[in-house]
Amino acid sequence: MSTLVLERVSRWYGNVVAVNDVTMTIGPGITGLLGPNGAGKSTLISMMGGFLEPSAGSATLDGIPVWRNPSIYRTIGLVPEAEAMYDMVTGWQFVVANARLHRLPDAEGAARMALETVEMMDAKDRDIGTYSKGMKQRVKMATALVHNPAVLLLDEPFNGMDPRQRLHLMDLLRRLAGQGRTVLFSSHILEEVEEIADTIEVLVAGRHAASGDYRGIRRLMTERPHQYTISSSDDRRLAAAIIADGAADSVDLSAGTLAVQAADFGRFVHALPRLARDTGVRLLEVSPADESLESVFAYLVAR
Amino acid sequence: MNRVVMHLTVRGLFGRRRAVLLVILPVLLLLLAALTRWASGGDPTASAGLTGGFAMGTVVPLMCLLVGTGVIGPEIDDGSIVYLLAKPLPRRTILLSKLVVALAAALVFAVLPAMASAAIAGDQGMRLTMAFGVTAALAAITYTTIFVALSVVTRNAVIVGLLYALVWETLLGGYVPGVRDVSVRQWALAPAEQLLGTRAAEWGVTSVVSVTVGLALLAATTVAAAVLAVRRLQTLRLTTGD
Repeated sequence: MSTLVLERVSRWYGNVVAVNDVTMTIGPGITGLLGPNGAGKSTLISMMGGFLEPSAGSATLDGIPVWRNPSIYRTIGLVPEAEAMYDMVTGWQFVVANARLHRLPDAEGAARMALETVEMMDAKDRDIGTYSKGMKQRVKMATALVHNPAVLLLDEPFNGMDPRQRLHLMDLLRRLAGQGRTVLFSSHILEEVEEIADTIEVLVAGRHAASGDYRGIRRLMTERPHQYTISSSDDRRLAAAIIADGAADSVDLSAGTLAVQAADFGRFVHALPRLARDTGVRLLEVSPADESLESVFAYLVAR
Repeated sequence: MNRVVMHLTVRGLFGRRRAVLLVILPVLLLLLAALTRWASGGDPTASAGLTGGFAMGTVVPLMCLLVGTGVIGPEIDDGSIVYLLAKPLPRRTILLSKLVVALAAALVFAVLPAMASAAIAGDQGMRLTMAFGVTAALAAITYTTIFVALSVVTRNAVIVGLLYALVWETLLGGYVPGVRDVSVRQWALAPAEQLLGTRAAEWGVTSVVSVTVGLALLAATTVAAAVLAVRRLQTLRLTTGD
């Protein structure tokens, strides 16, 4: 069992701050690192994996700094986002080479086991250059698993996978976490993270915006104030009814349409049709003003 | 040294399309050597002119550029170097293993062609061949180490290296007096001048520096480049755009 600890870690490139004062502890089980593109997820994973020096703060693995310390790779297995591998060797040769670089006593046995785990034994003797994206992803997994690491870091592992491969990888990650390993993966898709992660760490614009299990994160995301724009046969009358009912926090008629902000999403969507019917107002259009994941993230940061 | 790193490096060096380039220049040099022999009747002066000029000034630096940048540059560019770096292996070992492969390749594709050029174009009792063998080997070691270091330092190693090889070493190093003092080619020519003794001036094999100075500067440059390369690989920034 191994634990990765980030202690007030920041990283900047010149004037640009990529990661800003992040503190988190990644323990056994599956942790999902969630955030929009450009949030600094890869920068954070690079620092966890010892490939980037934190500009401030420290990243440690079981108490030992990871920067400039290649011995951590006995414990860490890394699945990089970049697809490039050694195209001119076969999958088998590549995984065996990785096992030898780890100086494993039985390199071929370890390679066989890793390739069996990712179900790539059938295609192992083809050049990596001929593999599909999904097959490359699985060979990448095999190279990371070949030395049986306690910690597995995966940068956007689900990118470009078809649904079947996605399920297969989720299943594999669950099994690995079940064996007591520390598994961390990054993603910009909430549903992906929610499905398998025990713990979710949300990163937005380089800052650690939220942390918790998926229910907590989901609640944070649904309980934020929701905004709707409504057009109806009588906006003024509908606005009065909504405010009188208490279904929303504020109504705004100044922009020519009716803009509503509701803290309790569930209550508002149930109340609106009832209020419209009771007041005899015909609803022409109801649309959420901002439901993009980015705006959800932005809310979490501003919170 | 690590055999697995060396093996993967060899596969990478010859598995890519640019491997074809490794053969073109040496073949061109040997054709020119044959042509020189045919035109001059095996005159050592003409032979020394071809080998000291085209071989030492263009072929050797360019071949070292190809192998020096080829052993590590593409992996840093596409990010696949991460598979070597994410191993419990000192980065020094990774770099030195790659350097050894590059030096071996430079011996085959730069030093041997330069010697063959002297031997084919005209020689007396292999003296010119041996002298240029020493010169080419010394120059190849320094050039290759410089270009390996350059690949770790900058992603534009091929362009920077090309400018250095062609403008500094070939063009300016051949003619401009001040530049000649700080040219790998001139440093490496010093032992050849010494080896040829009285024949050196007659055949036009001369260097602007003494043997001691030449060897010392070659050694210092090579060691400095190797140290720089190791240091930079230890702190190589590896991030994908996010």
